[in-house]
Amino acid sequence: MSLFNVFNISGSAMSAQAQRLNTVASNLANADSATSANGTPYKSKQVVFSATPTGSPDASGVKVLKVIEDNSPAKVVYDPKHPLANDKGYVTMPNVNVTEEMVNMISASRAYQNNVETMNAAKTMLLKTLTIGQQ
Amino acid sequence: MLNRLDEALSFHQNALRVRGQRQELIAANIANADTPNFKARDIDFKAAMQSAVAGINKNAFQAAKTSPLHLDGVRASSSNTSTAPGEPLFRPVIQGSVDGNTVDMDVERNQFADNGIRYEASLTLINAQLKQMLAALQSS
Repeated sequence: MSLFNVFNISGSAMSAQAQRLNTVASNLANADSATSANGTPYKSKQVVFSATPTGSPDASGVKVLKVIEDNSPAKVVYDPKHPLANDKGYVTMPNVNVTEEMVNMISASRAYQNNVETMNAAKTMLLKTLTIGQQ
Repeated sequence: MLNRLDEALSFHQNALRVRGQRQELIAANIANADTPNFKARDIDFKAAMQSAVAGINKNAFQAAKTSPLHLDGVRASSSNTSTAPGEPLFRPVIQGSVDGNTVDMDVERNQFADNGIRYEASLTLINAQLKQMLAALQSS
C-alpha cells in the first residue's frame, strides 16, 4: 500500500534533515575552537544528501551519503595574547561561516517541518480510509 | 450478484489507489527537496486512471505460468511501450537550481494538499455508495 510508504519516505527525510541540523549545531558550537583532538583548528562539516529507493521503485527517500569536511581556507585572526598564536601573533581559527550555518539551520528546520506535515497528512488519510463503510 | 457490487465500487477503488500512488510520489519530491540532482516526478492522473480502469496497470495481478499453454496476463501485451500510461514523468522545470534539483516546494505543497483532498473526496463517495447499496439491500 503506497500510503504506508509515505511514512518511510518522510521518515528518511526527517532523519537526514536532523543529521544536517546536527552538523550545523556542531559547526556553530565549534565556530571558535582554535584547536581539536588532532591539534588543528576545527573544520566545518557539511552533509551530502542522496536519493535512495525506499519500498517502491518509483518513489525515493533520502539518506546522508557522506559528511564532508569543508576545505576552504581557515580564518586567520590577529591575537598576540592567544596561547596558540604564532610568532607574528596570528591564530588560525575554524573556517565556519556563521551566516551560512544560520541559513542552513533555517533551511533544515523548514524541510523537517514540511516532512512532518507530509507524514501527518498521510496519517489522516489512512485513518480516514479505515473508516470506509462505517456509519 | 457480488460481482456487480464489486464493479460498482471498483472505480473509486482505482481512484484511491492512483491517488495513493501520487501522494507517495509527491511525498518523495518533498523529502528530496534538498537532494542534489534530484528530479521531481509526478504521474499524469488522467492517463493513470484510464489505464487503471482499463485494467492495464503495472501492479495488476499476474499469475505464475507453469506451462507454455497458459495464457498471458493483460500486462504482457502492454509492456512493450516505452512509457506505459500512468508511469511517473518528470516535472517541467520552471526555475532550475544550481545543484540540479528541480523540486519546487510551492508546486509540491499545492499538489500534495490538492491530492489529499481529492483522496478524501473519493473516500466520501465510496462511503455514500456503500450506504446506497445497504439501503437498497435492506428496504423491506
